Amino acid sequence: MAQVTSPPGFLMTTIDKAARWAQTQSMWPATFGLACCAIEMMATGAAHNDLSRFGMEVFRASPRQADLMIVAGRVSQKMAPVLRQVYDQMPDPKWVISMGACASSGGMFNNYALVQGVDQVVPVDIYVPGCPPGPQSLMHGILTLQRKIVAGEIHARY
Amino acid sequence: MSEETTQLEEVPEVVDLWVSGTEEPAAWETGSTDEGAQKMAWTESEARLREQLGTVVEDDFDLSGLADDERMIVNMGPQHPSTHGVLRLQIELEGEIIRRTKPVIGYLHTGMEKTAETLTFLQGPTNVTRMDYLAPLNNELCYSLAVERLLGIEVPERAATIRVLMTELNRVSSHLVALATNGMDIGALSMMIYGIREREMILDFFEKTSGLRMNHNYIRPGGVAADLPPGWRADVTRILETLPRRLDQYDDLLENNPIWVERTKGVGVITAEECRAYAITGPTLRSTGVAWDLRKAFPYSGIEQYEFDVPVGTRGDVYDRYRIRVEEINQSLGIVRQAMERMPKGDYRVDDRKVTPPPRGRIDESMEALIHHFKLFTEGFKVPAGETYVAVESPRGELGCYLVSEGDGKPWRMHTRAPSFYNLQSLPIMMADSLLADTIATIASLDPVMGDVDR
Amino acid sequence: MSETTTETPDETVEESAPAPVLPDHPVLRGLAEAFAGAEWSVSHGQDVVTVEADRLLEFATAARDAGFETISDITVVDWFRKRRVRFELVVNLLSMQHVVRLRILVPIHGDDPTVPSLCSVWPGANYAEREAFDMFGVVFDGHPDLTRILMPDDWEGYPLRKDQAVGSVPVQFKDSHKVD
Repeated sequence: MAQVTSPPGFLMTTIDKAARWAQTQSMWPATFGLACCAIEMMATGAAHNDLSRFGMEVFRASPRQADLMIVAGRVSQKMAPVLRQVYDQMPDPKWVISMGACASSGGMFNNYALVQGVDQVVPVDIYVPGCPPGPQSLMHGILTLQRKIVAGEIHARY
Repeated sequence: MSEETTQLEEVPEVVDLWVSGTEEPAAWETGSTDEGAQKMAWTESEARLREQLGTVVEDDFDLSGLADDERMIVNMGPQHPSTHGVLRLQIELEGEIIRRTKPVIGYLHTGMEKTAETLTFLQGPTNVTRMDYLAPLNNELCYSLAVERLLGIEVPERAATIRVLMTELNRVSSHLVALATNGMDIGALSMMIYGIREREMILDFFEKTSGLRMNHNYIRPGGVAADLPPGWRADVTRILETLPRRLDQYDDLLENNPIWVERTKGVGVITAEECRAYAITGPTLRSTGVAWDLRKAFPYSGIEQYEFDVPVGTRGDVYDRYRIRVEEINQSLGIVRQAMERMPKGDYRVDDRKVTPPPRGRIDESMEALIHHFKLFTEGFKVPAGETYVAVESPRGELGCYLVSEGDGKPWRMHTRAPSFYNLQSLPIMMADSLLADTIATIASLDPVMGDVDR
Repeated sequence: MSETTTETPDETVEESAPAPVLPDHPVLRGLAEAFAGAEWSVSHGQDVVTVEADRLLEFATAARDAGFETISDITVVDWFRKRRVRFELVVNLLSMQHVVRLRILVPIHGDDPTVPSLCSVWPGANYAEREAFDMFGVVFDGHPDLTRILMPDDWEGYPLRKDQAVGSVPVQFKDSHKVD
């Protein structure tokens, strides 16, 4: 719907803006919990921090129903192909948040077993720092992503 | 021998039947469908085994007595909402009944044992705390006890009491997550919200004490990183007063819920003999009626001075494991209360300037203190050569650390005996000849942490 | 047993000086007397026995019958360029009925790293032996399913060996995006 390749014009830009707003307000994350960060991701969705205030508490088990992949934890060499497959199964438009130091850069584990940064496998829109990032950090990352989508800074990949 | 060869020849025909038209027959790897060690009668020659170094071993998959089209293999995970991380199961089904199961692990292998060889002994807790991320303080305690035994030092009484206080609170928070996820997996979704809510209260205290909600790096060789914060008694008292009331709420949610009881009683049964043979410890072992707790058997950190009971079950099923976790929360809260009451005055770390950094004030005054501080944080302290095995009772069972030092500032080898790793071996036993719908309840009752399994 | 105090090393020194060390615990003493040829010692208050690889299975069966019904842990230490016998198998046993631990050390030659599997004695050794095979390339003879467990199946090499590098990737920042 929100084609970035659409010709610039009054009508199209307005629809574009409306579509972008709609996308941010019901962004469903896929549950891609890997390690420690997954526990903080669960805590973010639970009652205390209540992610549903931003319309995205519906963690989908199936990647086919998800728009956002939160890579929460360290990605091993064995897991990387699975991660890529899950990403490929998600429908467009889709976004990726790399949560935590391990997913972003390998963290403190610079060794044979880990992929040194999930951006080698999938394109990443937002990096959330921390080991693990607290729920507030993750929420800040998600809100930043929403703001960037509304502002049109992130274009959907087709 | 001749029988086996005829069986092996049959395999491709039957496998072809399972494969739908879109997939290649090779995608069904028969070599990866065996169920582990328990019933494997594979006695090939030694030369054959050596031939297969590092490759997939051919299977003894016995298909001779089967009506071929009734069995199918279902793959579950590694990306599955109820496998508690990245556990993958290959389940062989006959209708709705599970015949064989094989856990496939390694999707979270982080190489921590290799990384530990590149970190100094003082940096080690940073590494091990990320193994079992629901019980990080127990990991740190285990590692620190191993280093201290090699060093031959004894921590002050206040440090030991702080360690008991913190690890028992950690046990409570870990069991709360176990209850929460166990409830969520079987469909008691409210339990998730309640369990995580109570855990936040404990995490707030951890954050106040150590600066982090998880992965604290708080318990270190020679004591703890910092003294308890001002006002800690009020915080701990609040936890001690609130949690028992909340546990009553859980009883309303779960215990008085007939669906919960129906779905857990008599599900995932294991016996004490199987637990011993497969090295399964923790609540799973205790649910079979064996009162085995390392805090009683091989006490550490002065925990023998505290009064607590070891809850045991009788049937060894999911329900018993759930009851044991609830009761262990109660017992741990009792230990926390005793630790708070007896908290002795004194230093929170050992008074050995070669192991612990000097106080901040001394660095400005004394050149020697400055040198010690610098040396400690650049090259670390040297540990005498030797090896030791130390085990503590983590929320999941026996958590051991095998530490080898060569007299350097870094360990020559650090191996962790992860309780979840061994406990996973019970899954094929518990799930054999059970219903597919009970799979999730069984996994959740085992409470595996994949970071602990794969390390 | 639990904590290393100042008394324990003194006792062992007194014991070890005159005669070959025999463990204190009655169960271990019975095991030591029944099984000649094993070398007993005490390390930081823990009983250790060194057994040759070809007699490991025999000793393990005797230990199980003596009451060590559970295996605590199996791992391997690589003594690369430190000792002449490169690998060392470490088996930590636990007896729940007698509340005692025992550690078995088995030296393994580097050019033919093969030891008998303990799966027939304690089935719980299954995963641990697979992990040791995965990480060190030590072959366990008679293991029912000796495949890689933690690393991918097509992985080459044995990562925890000392002649394998950590595998770290050099970190460089100069190519990163500049923030204006």
